[in-house]
Amino acid sequence: MTDNELIWRIAGGSGDGIDSTSQNFAKALMRSGLHVFTHRHYPSRIRGGHTYVEVRAKDEDVQSRGDGYNFLLALGDSFARNPQDEAYYGKEELKPLYENFDDLREGGVLLYDEGLLDEEDVEEIELEEAAEENGWHVVPMDLRGIAKEHGREIMRNTAGIGATAAILDIGTEEFETLIEQNMAGDMQEANLAVLEDAYEAASELDIDHDIEVPEGSHDEEQVILSGSNAISYGALDEGCRFISGYPMTPWTDVFTIMSQHLPEFGGISEQVEDEIAAAALALGASHMGVKSMSGSSGGGFALMSEPLGLAEMTETPVVLVEAMRAGPSTGMPTKPEQADLEHVLYTSQGDSARVVFAPANIRECYTQTRSAFRIAYEYQIPSIVIYDQKIQGELRNLPASHFDEEPNADPGSVLTEEEIQDAAHHASGKFQRFLHEPEDGSNVSPRSVPGQKDGRYLATGNEHNPSGHISEDPDNRIAQMERRLNKLDDIRADLDENTSHQTYYGPEDAEHGVLVWGSQQDTAFEAVDRLNENGHSVKALGVSDMAPYPVEEVSEWLESVDQALVVEMNATAQFRGLTQKEIGKYGDKMSSLLKYNGNPFEPAEIVDGFESSINGEELAATNMKYLPAAGD
Amino acid sequence: MSAFSAIGEDREIERDEFTPGIEPQATWCPGCGDFGVLKALKQAMPEVGKNPDEVALFTGIGCSGKLNSYFNSYGFHTIHGRSLPVARAAKLANPKIEVIAAGGDGDGYGIGGNHTIHTARENHDMTYIVFNNEIFGLTKGQTSPTSPKGHKSKTQPHGSAKSPIRPLSQQLNAGATYIARTAAVNPNQAKEIIAEAIEHDGFAHIDFLTQCPTWNKDAKHYVPYTDVQQSDEFDFDVSDRAEAAEMMRKTEERLYEGEVLTGRMYIEDERPSYGAEKRAIGEMPEEPLAERYFDEDAEWERTYDNLLQHHK
Ligand SMILES: Cc1ncc(C[n+]2csc(CCOP(=O)(O)OP(=O)(O)O)c2C)c(N)n1
Ligand code: SF4
Repeated sequence: MTDNELIWRIAGGSGDGIDSTSQNFAKALMRSGLHVFTHRHYPSRIRGGHTYVEVRAKDEDVQSRGDGYNFLLALGDSFARNPQDEAYYGKEELKPLYENFDDLREGGVLLYDEGLLDEEDVEEIELEEAAEENGWHVVPMDLRGIAKEHGREIMRNTAGIGATAAILDIGTEEFETLIEQNMAGDMQEANLAVLEDAYEAASELDIDHDIEVPEGSHDEEQVILSGSNAISYGALDEGCRFISGYPMTPWTDVFTIMSQHLPEFGGISEQVEDEIAAAALALGASHMGVKSMSGSSGGGFALMSEPLGLAEMTETPVVLVEAMRAGPSTGMPTKPEQADLEHVLYTSQGDSARVVFAPANIRECYTQTRSAFRIAYEYQIPSIVIYDQKIQGELRNLPASHFDEEPNADPGSVLTEEEIQDAAHHASGKFQRFLHEPEDGSNVSPRSVPGQKDGRYLATGNEHNPSGHISEDPDNRIAQMERRLNKLDDIRADLDENTSHQTYYGPEDAEHGVLVWGSQQDTAFEAVDRLNENGHSVKALGVSDMAPYPVEEVSEWLESVDQALVVEMNATAQFRGLTQKEIGKYGDKMSSLLKYNGNPFEPAEIVDGFESSINGEELAATNMKYLPAAGD
Repeated sequence: MSAFSAIGEDREIERDEFTPGIEPQATWCPGCGDFGVLKALKQAMPEVGKNPDEVALFTGIGCSGKLNSYFNSYGFHTIHGRSLPVARAAKLANPKIEVIAAGGDGDGYGIGGNHTIHTARENHDMTYIVFNNEIFGLTKGQTSPTSPKGHKSKTQPHGSAKSPIRPLSQQLNAGATYIARTAAVNPNQAKEIIAEAIEHDGFAHIDFLTQCPTWNKDAKHYVPYTDVQQSDEFDFDVSDRAEAAEMMRKTEERLYEGEVLTGRMYIEDERPSYGAEKRAIGEMPEEPLAERYFDEDAEWERTYDNLLQHHK
C-alpha cells in the first residue's frame, strides 16, 4: 500500500451525477497542483444500480488506479427509491454503501448520505461491525437535507464535495471556481451555498483520520481528459473531417465527441443504419480525398469485416477504432477486456494486411491515432486503433503541451492534377492507379480523386490490373498481392525510424520481464516499481504495435530476460499467442497472467501474480489465471 | 491549374467519352438486359452535360455490378449490397461530383435492402439504378427478392413461398423523391428517365427492368410494355403522393400478371436534398470538403486552441 496519496471513491446509482461530480473533483485536484487518475465502474443499466468512480491523486505522475481506496463518498442510489416499484428495487439504495466495503483500506473514511437511507436498513448491513474491524471512520451526514434547503435534492453531490473538502482539509476554493465557471444564475448560487453549508457542517465534526492529501505543483499547464478525447483530438489534428458510426458501448464515446466537434471544424458526422454502412461511408468519403474514420466495438466491428477488406483491396485509406468490451457476443457491455485482439488482426477474408495500434494510455491515444492516420493515408491501407473500455472512460492529467503539435492535413499519397498529367496512362483512358512497380520504388502507387482531370480509374474489391480493371491474370495477381503485402514491411521500417510506439520500463539489465500491451501497461509499470522495491529485478516492455509487429524490438528484449510474465485482460492469452507466432521462439520464456472478470488489474495483483510465478507457487487469487510457459 | 478543374467544365460532352478504349470486353451474356442500361446511361450523359471526370459511379456485386467496367467515369465497384453507403459519403464529401449508384435486385433489395430504405429516407442527392431481372444472375440463377411467388430455382425447388418485394411502393414510403420504372427494351424512355433522375435534386430511384436470358428463361422480355405517361388509360398526377401510390400498386401488381407498365411514378421537387438540409443546420460545410485538402490557403486548426480549454 502506498502512502501519501488520496484515492477517493464516489458511489451512487447510474444517473446520480457520479460522473460529472468525479470529473469536477479530479479537475479541482489537478488545478491545485496534483496528478490525478480516474477509474470508472458502472453497470449496464441506464438509471440506478451501483456505480462508482475513483479519483487517485498524488504529487507525482499517477499511472493507474491504486490498490483499494481510502475515502468513500456513498451517495446512495436515488433511483432505487421508487415507491411504486419496491418489489423490484428492494434495498438497492444501500448498495453504493455496502458494495464498496471490500476495497476500503484500513483507517479509511466512509462518508454517506443518511438523508437517503433509513437507519434500520443501515443497521442491517452491519456497517458498525465492519467499521470497527477495519478502523474506518464512519461519517453519516444528511447531504440530501442540506441540498434540499437550497433548492434541489440533486445537489447532494455538491454537498458531498463540500463535506469531503472539510474532512480532508483541502479547502473549497477550486470547487467554487468550477461552479462559477460551469453554472450561472440561480443554479450557481444554490450550489455555492450548498457547498459552503456542507463544508461548515462537516468542519464541526471532529474526525481524526490519517489520510494525508499531498501538496503538489505543476511545472507547466495541465489538462485532464479521457482516452476517447485524446483519440478524437488526435484525429482532428490529423485533418480527419469525416466520421460515420452506429452507437455501441464503449465506441460511442469517440463517436459522440467527434460528432459534437466536427461541424465546428467544417467536417461531417453521420450516424447511419448499421456498422456495415458506417465503415462503407468512411470508405466513400476517403475515396473522394477526405480523411475519414469510423469504428465500433466487438459485434459492430464484426460487421465491418467486409468493408475493411474492401479498403485493403482498393487501397482506400481509412482509420477504424475498435473499443473493446468483454465478449463473446454482446458480453458485458460496460466492462473492459482485451479479447478482441485476434478479431481485429484476422477478421476479413484473404491474406489481408492492415495496421493495428494499441495505445496504452491517454497520452498514446493521441499520438498513436495521429500515427494511424499518417500511416493509413501515406500507405493507402486501413489502420485500426484498438483500445478498451478502461482507457475510454478514465481521466488523467497531462501537460497541455502534449497537444501542441502542428496539424497535418496532408491527404497522403494523392496526386495533384499536374502530377496526374505526367503519370502513366493507359489506352483505355484510365489512369494507372495501381501500378505494379510504383515509380519511386515504394509499394505505394499514388491515387487520384474524383473530379480531378484525367485521373479516372476503377476501384474494385476484385483483383485488378494497374488501371483497376478486374483481372485474374496470374502474373498480375502476384504483382498486386506482393505490392499490397509488402507495404507492411515498409511501414515497420517507417515506424522503427520515426515513431517507435513501444515503451521500455525499469532497469535495463533486470533479470525478469513483464510483457504487456494496451490499457494494462501503466498498471504493470507500477507493479514493476513495487517488485523492484521488494528486491526483485524486473523490467517491463509495453508493446503498442500489434501489426506490423515489432519483431526485432521484442525479440531483443525477450532475449535479455530469463523469463517474462505476459499480462493481459483475456482468458486465452491472445497477445502472448501473437508474440509467439510473430517471433517464432521464446515460447518457453513466456508465461501468462490473465484476468477476465470484467475488472482491470490492480498493481498489487500483478505483484502477487509475478511473485507466485517465480516462486513456482499456485496463484492464491481466484479472480486471475496463470498460464505456464509453453513446454512447462 | 485548380485541383478539380474537371468539375463544371463548360463544353459539349460526347457519348463516346464514356466508352472505355480497348479494354475490357464486356462479359455479360448475349441478350442480357444489362447492355440496355449501359447504353441508356451513356446516352443520358451528353444530355446532362457531365464530363467523365466529374462523374462517380458506385456499383455493388453481381452481373449488374460490372457496369462500371464498361463505363468510363471514376468508378468504385464495392461489395454486395453496399454501393449506397459508399456513394452517400462520396456525395457528402464532394457535392459537386455527380454520384450514380447501381446494382442488381439481390444487391439493392436483398442484402442491401436496409441501405436502400435509409438512403431514400435521407433523400441524398444521387441516382440509384436497380437492374431488376428478378433473379440472381452472377451466382447462377437463384431466387431473388423480386422473383414471383412460386418461382422455382435450385435453391427453392418447391417454388418460392415468398411474395416479391415491391420496390416502387417501398421507396415511396421510404422517402425517395423521384421514382421511375423503365426497361432495357425501351431505350428512349430509359435515357430520358436517367437524365431526369440525374438532374433531380434528391434521391432518384430507378427500377430498371432487365432481362436475364441465361437464368430466367421464362422471364418476360418486358414487351409489350406500356409507358404510363404516353397512355390515355393512366391519368395521374405524378407529384401527388396518393395518386402515385395507387399507380405504383397497379404497376407492381400487373407486372406479375404479365403487363409491363413503365414511366415516371413519382416526382417531388420541393423537398430539399439531405446535403442541403445538413448545410442549412450547420452540419456540413458550404464548400466541398474534399477540395479543402488541395487548397493551400485552407486553415487547419489545432485542437489545443479550440478544445483543450474544457480540460484545463
Ligand atoms: C456478402 C456476399 N454474399 C454473397 C455474395 C455472392 N453474390 C455475388 S452476386 C450475388 C447476387 C447477384 O444478384 P443480383 O444482385 O440480383 O445481380 P445480378 O447478378 O442479377 O445482376 C451474390 C449472392 C457476395 N459476393 N457477397
Ligand atoms: S447471367 Fe443473366 S444477368 Fe448475368 S450477364 Fe448473363 S444474362 Fe446478364
